[in-house]
Amino acid sequence: MYIRIKAADINNTQVKKIEELSGQNIFDCYQCGNCSSGCPVVDYMDISPNQAMRLAQYGRIEEVLSSEMIWICSTCLQCSSRCPKGIDVAKVMEAFRTINLRNGIGVVNPKQLGITETKDIPPILLICAMRKMTG
Amino acid sequence: MKKIGVFVCHCGVNIKDTVDVEKLTEQLAIYPGVTYIENYMFMCSDPGQNMIKKAIKEKKLDGIVVAACSPTLHESTFQNAVEEIGLNKYQLEVANIREQCSWVHNNIQEATRKADLIIKTAIEKLKLNESLKPVSAPLTKRVMVIGGGIAGIQAALDIADGGYEVVLVEKKPSIGGHMIQLSETFPTLDCSQCILTPKMVQLGKNKKVTLYVNSEVESIDGFMGNFKIKIKRKPQYVDPDICTMCGDCTDVCPVVVHSEYDEGLSWRRAIYVPFPQAIPASFTIDTENCLGFEPIACGECKKVCQAEAINYDVKTEFFEEEIGAVIIATGFDLYPVENIAEYGYGKYPDVLNGLQFERILSATGPTGGEMLRPSDGKVPKEIVFIQCSGSRDPERHKSYCSRICCMYTLKHAKLYKHKVHDGQPYIFYIDIRSGGKRYEEFIQQAVSEEGIVYIRGKVAKVYKKGDKMIVHGMDTLTGKKVEIEADLVVLAQSIVPSEGVEKLIKTLKLSSDDSGFLMEAHPKLRPLESLQSGFYLAGAAQGPKDIPDSVSQASGAAAKILALMSKDEIQHEPIIAVVDENMCSGCGICIGTCPYGARILDENKVAIVNDILCEGCGACISACPSGAAQQKNLTDDQINNMIRVILS
Repeated sequence: MYIRIKAADINNTQVKKIEELSGQNIFDCYQCGNCSSGCPVVDYMDISPNQAMRLAQYGRIEEVLSSEMIWICSTCLQCSSRCPKGIDVAKVMEAFRTINLRNGIGVVNPKQLGITETKDIPPILLICAMRKMTG
Repeated sequence: MKKIGVFVCHCGVNIKDTVDVEKLTEQLAIYPGVTYIENYMFMCSDPGQNMIKKAIKEKKLDGIVVAACSPTLHESTFQNAVEEIGLNKYQLEVANIREQCSWVHNNIQEATRKADLIIKTAIEKLKLNESLKPVSAPLTKRVMVIGGGIAGIQAALDIADGGYEVVLVEKKPSIGGHMIQLSETFPTLDCSQCILTPKMVQLGKNKKVTLYVNSEVESIDGFMGNFKIKIKRKPQYVDPDICTMCGDCTDVCPVVVHSEYDEGLSWRRAIYVPFPQAIPASFTIDTENCLGFEPIACGECKKVCQAEAINYDVKTEFFEEEIGAVIIATGFDLYPVENIAEYGYGKYPDVLNGLQFERILSATGPTGGEMLRPSDGKVPKEIVFIQCSGSRDPERHKSYCSRICCMYTLKHAKLYKHKVHDGQPYIFYIDIRSGGKRYEEFIQQAVSEEGIVYIRGKVAKVYKKGDKMIVHGMDTLTGKKVEIEADLVVLAQSIVPSEGVEKLIKTLKLSSDDSGFLMEAHPKLRPLESLQSGFYLAGAAQGPKDIPDSVSQASGAAAKILALMSKDEIQHEPIIAVVDENMCSGCGICIGTCPYGARILDENKVAIVNDILCEGCGACISACPSGAAQQKNLTDDQINNMIRVILS
């Protein structure tokens, strides 16, 4: 599968939305990969944070929105603290999640969780799940 | 017999850990000829040097062996030390017991034995060393600069500023080089012509500078400080002193050919001015295409020239100049794009090289500075730039990095965006090399703020579909293949030595590297000088270089020459070949063997040595069948004695 890169995709409305939500310039990223190399959960991601940034630079926001990585991200802020270009990568990830949540994708309804699940799931995960809805 | 002092250096632990210096001192103390011996931690230190000086004075030594590191490092240190105390510096030998002994061995016993032999050979050589004086010769205080690009112009101006006469030889009808073709320059985006033309005017008006355009170096005689250089000047058929630049001749000329200045993107006549700011400012006739040399065929320009400046009968002229030193500033050309078939250059009008794109961006270019593509004159909305086109490809093209392409490609993309605001430039790159001052900032600003998209990967092929150029590449960052429908493709071709430089290198007997660039005397410590005495290098002739680096090197080479010119005569190392006239049979084998042209047959059929030219390489000595040629301080007797010690 190849990517067809088009002028119309570069900096399209979706990219502008991500930039608005996160307050970050996607095109600041020069693909050093420091965000991914410091990420504690990158091994469990389908695409890495720097790849998400790259796809965003091409305007391929849908690919990032449908990835699992934005949900694996625990917002530990490692990436943000390490980025040599000063991009708050975690904020960009949050922006992706926010777009999904606003479209009703990935929303967790606590009422639908069974009693066993709420008992077994670590509290921090529940908090994370709830936090999603604050987006 | 000489009274020899031996000084063994420990070099901290570098020598001492592997060579038993105490044992060595004991053994050598009784070697014939050795009057005094000592060992010390650092012979190169001030106390170490004082030790040598004190021993020379007190023990009345007339030969010194320092057993230490390679003579390339500290020979001059010790030579200066012994000279301070009045001993001729050629009575000092350095025995290398570090690089050639302690560093390459582990066994102390064996290494000590080897060090012992190395020092003994040095002692044997020293026993027959003569005291020598540097060879001196007169110096012609005139300089030739070959090449009138930015490097040549800068070097010529600096030398003229220093008060010496300069002869500048330029192959083309005007000075200016490739820099005059550029639109704007990175990273400041100032107009190339605006910053270059003042220098060109200064040079043209400088009374110390003699300018030969349309000219090439034909032959050279002599040696550093005393060259005789023959220049061949092709006629331009228009007398620049009479020509009023009215342009009537161009209007009537029936011959139309590709313009070199516009890299083939526009046309010119056979009688033409290379570009508006050309220096010397004059029309010139292109011999290859003009029909006027057969009066029946044409002669239109001559008919209309009211000033009567045109004369078809001018012949090629030859001039001989006496020169002390030469700067080679022959610059670069672009690697022929036709060699990279997959990018379709020459096949598709909308695939350009970097210089052609410069011309399209330039206000004096074929489109008057408007961003239009060659095929149909439309404004290109998407442009693909391909970096490393021919560079960093040891298998098929050039192995080296051309150094300037990353920066000029980004500049191209930026200038394009400034002209076409809704245009989209893409740059395919392998790595981005932005080592110069404020270069990285220039790139990052463009990427962050100007919407220039970098794609990491090499383009596999470019082909035409409709009126689009389809570019197939790889984005190694996402791991996916990419396809772009572009309106224009610009190739950042690798930089190669300028056309004809190979011939010049042969004429001047210079050395070049495996890529054909001129070879410097030392890659780090002598980058401004050629291996051959009297020749200096500036600009891209030595290797791909941007404008700041070319100018720096040109000014550096000029400073080297000014230092040379400030002396009354030139001096030369006296370790050279010498001929026993009675033994020389005049066979002349040495003449062909000498790489420096230092051996010549005199009127008595004796192959004499030109002391100034001889570099002491020893090639003629080993070739001489009669043994008439000897190297000073490295005679056959000395070598035999040295071998005898090793074998004893």
